[in-house]
Amino acid sequence: METIDKLAILADAAKYDASCASSGTTSRSSLGGRGVGSAEGSGICHAYAPDGRCISLLKILLTNFCIYECSYCINRNSSNVRRARFTTKEVVDLTLDFYKRNYIEGLFLSSGVIQSADYTMAQLVEVARSLRVDHDFRGYIHLKTIPDADGELLADAGKYADRLSINVELPTQTALHDLAPEKDHRTIKLSMARIRSRQEEQAEARRAARRITNARPKAAPVERFAPAGQSTQMIIGAEPSTDADILSTTADLYSSYRLKRVYFSAFSPIPDASAKLPARRTSLIREHRLYQSDWLIRFYGYRHDEITAGADDASAAGMLDLEVDPKLAWALRNRAYFPVNLNRDDRERLLRVPGLGVKSVNRILAMRRWQKVRLEDLVALKASVKKAMPFVICANHHPGLGDVSSARLRSRFAPPAAAQQSFDF
Amino acid sequence: MEQVSLFGGSATSAGHVAVRFVPDFVGWQAAARAQWQAGLPPASLWWQADPKAKAPPAADDAPGPRVPRSFVTLARAAACYRSADRWALLYRLLWRLSHGERHLLTLVGDPDVARVNRYAKAVRRDVHKMKAFVRFRTVFEPGFDEPRYVAWFEPEHEIVAYAAGFFQRRFANMRWSILTPDRCAHWEGSGDVWFSPGTDKSAAPDGDVTEDAWRVYYRSIFNPARIKTRAMMSEMPAKYWKNLPEAALIPGLIAGADRRVAAMEADRREQDTLRCGATPEAPAAMLARRADDAESGSLQQLALRAAGCQRCALCGPATQTVFGEGPADARIMLVGEQPGDAEDLAGRPFVGPAGQLLDAALSEAGLDRRSLYVTNAVKHFKFTPKGKTRLHAKPDYHEIHACRPWLEAEIERVAPDVVVALGASAAMALLDRRISVTRQRGQRIAWHERCLIPTVHPSFILRSRERRDAEYRRFVADLSAITAT
Repeated sequence: METIDKLAILADAAKYDASCASSGTTSRSSLGGRGVGSAEGSGICHAYAPDGRCISLLKILLTNFCIYECSYCINRNSSNVRRARFTTKEVVDLTLDFYKRNYIEGLFLSSGVIQSADYTMAQLVEVARSLRVDHDFRGYIHLKTIPDADGELLADAGKYADRLSINVELPTQTALHDLAPEKDHRTIKLSMARIRSRQEEQAEARRAARRITNARPKAAPVERFAPAGQSTQMIIGAEPSTDADILSTTADLYSSYRLKRVYFSAFSPIPDASAKLPARRTSLIREHRLYQSDWLIRFYGYRHDEITAGADDASAAGMLDLEVDPKLAWALRNRAYFPVNLNRDDRERLLRVPGLGVKSVNRILAMRRWQKVRLEDLVALKASVKKAMPFVICANHHPGLGDVSSARLRSRFAPPAAAQQSFDF
Repeated sequence: MEQVSLFGGSATSAGHVAVRFVPDFVGWQAAARAQWQAGLPPASLWWQADPKAKAPPAADDAPGPRVPRSFVTLARAAACYRSADRWALLYRLLWRLSHGERHLLTLVGDPDVARVNRYAKAVRRDVHKMKAFVRFRTVFEPGFDEPRYVAWFEPEHEIVAYAAGFFQRRFANMRWSILTPDRCAHWEGSGDVWFSPGTDKSAAPDGDVTEDAWRVYYRSIFNPARIKTRAMMSEMPAKYWKNLPEAALIPGLIAGADRRVAAMEADRREQDTLRCGATPEAPAAMLARRADDAESGSLQQLALRAAGCQRCALCGPATQTVFGEGPADARIMLVGEQPGDAEDLAGRPFVGPAGQLLDAALSEAGLDRRSLYVTNAVKHFKFTPKGKTRLHAKPDYHEIHACRPWLEAEIERVAPDVVVALGASAAMALLDRRISVTRQRGQRIAWHERCLIPTVHPSFILRSRERRDAEYRRFVADLSAITAT
């Protein structure tokens, strides 16, 4: 099979992985090296597909042969998709060819499991090693690690890759047991724990090396282990877990393994699907609301259970309101918390105002040392003034909305029933 | 006041002064410094871009304006904005920042600040898109084995020099050229990036062998079940499409998407036939098999069985069961409350900060941890997530109760003479009633033909700040009393 035919198969097989992040790794350039590649903090999306997703990395599978039988996966053992397998050289050449033409930031390599977890993992690590060592490639590498793979392989993976990830696949162990019998959360989490422990060991070694400054000859610098951290992904809507379940698992994962990101992937149909799966795709708006909630947990100080607690207006218990964003939904349920005084209240309270992002809040805090914050300033900040207005007091604005019911307020922001249809896809 | 005196001290009453300067950040900076040093206020200047202008003589002895570093960063970006008024705007900001309004940039509602922010933002976005959408094509030149990589790009603002450093750092070991209508940037693999005048598209190559593979990739990575055209258009506006080899595929991909999804949704099957060989054993089954294979009634078998324990809900969030460890014939057993963050990751009891304190106290008390059996009343870590950390949460009666069969099995198997309960939860798990550890610590309680000694949990000592040394001494004393019959 020609490389280009393999590319068609093995990129198609990789598209259900949501992550395409290439940010947050060590800063470096190819100056003084032999090869190409740099990283400067923020990632770059080199193209966008009509699915609105960024294309930042060459995201492919090494092979889509797989001995596992995960119902939701296009590459599962029983799927009758076409199968292919790249050689190490093919992946390395494709990565470099694409990179040199500025199509990509680097490689995101995953694989179906063939023979054993260790064997598969060793193949992935070899590609990363070849890029880094043989070609002095300094672009971004994301490796999907195989749960249960040997600790030494994991150590090598973390040495060459910027980011490691292991997919938790589904929000609950029960769901995983039903749909992916060869996987379980215990072994997945054990792998995440190993990665976190490795990172902390390495960070400690780096600190120790910095403390000893007078040693001669100077010891080689301790490299960071997977400097862009680890991430995971779960499929939503393939089974009956609620948004509360999903957010609870998400909060547990962030706190337990210091994950950089938890990705949500709305279930979407795959060719030759199992009848165990729902016939319909999951609404992308649900996925979007979960991402918004994830942001609220990570950057806005919300507890995961606050976001879904008492969501009486949602269609089902433990589910997020699809019509308004979770921050606004919380504000509508907690009217007694408001109004927030933009000129006096602390950061924590400002962060709860619908329509104000972290950046806007920081700017308001900087600005109000010098002058009273006015509604016009919110406009200049590009904050969502319409959303914020009912919930804030500022120099020239006192909402007279204390007695407007939450239901009426909500109807201002929720789309009319007819428009809701368009949210489905 | 300061401003008034400066106005008064300047000699510009005769109307506008024309400032000729090279229209880039460095040229403006030199000219602006000279005007500032001459005390010329913004309203008196007429900024005239002139690529051939000479730099003003440096007045080294006179102090220059002092501005926040953030202004320099902002001005560097805004200076690339394609608009004639940017130079006067920048000078006005420079003037205001250095005349009593040092905090000016925080006032985002100020018209000058709002405008410079808008300019800088537009430029940064344009630079970002340049980094993203430059597509190199190879050109073979005589005398070189490796090709030169040449791209055509049409930036919205005058950003070529500003953005060139990125390409130099990224593609340091290639030779490349980026051609644009304004000016062209070139890199020869060493030295400096050099520039030539702008050109037109015909100077750039019109194809590359790798573009076929790139298009195949673009087509294959697209998921037809997630059409979000608006999101794509806002990040990859149509004005860039003409120079992107993959963009021609977009209409076809969108048009065919619904049909592809409908076909997939219709094509579902009940029967699963394996095509890639036998599936591996499920992890839970593997664990159960290993437990079955272990020596019957051994601690190892107990640990393997406990590894799959789901007797309470704590197994959900925790990483793993942390079973006890130590010799099967240990005479002393230490029972803690539950594993913590470090123990949950390592899978071993008392390895975190509390464990280190316990180890130190044990050795001071003359006890060798390796001769003890160390375990916990609850085998899973109970926690409340808080950002990137886990806060210890107290196990409740139900969880302690659910875990008790494991603890009882450990006691039965090890059959120690003395069981030390570290903390109230452990004592409660063992005695099935609450006792006051502070009152009864160090006392020997007869219990099921053994001796039970309650004391505090080492984490209590970690938490007691100023009394820490005293508490530690008491803890060591309690431990020392274990062996003193």
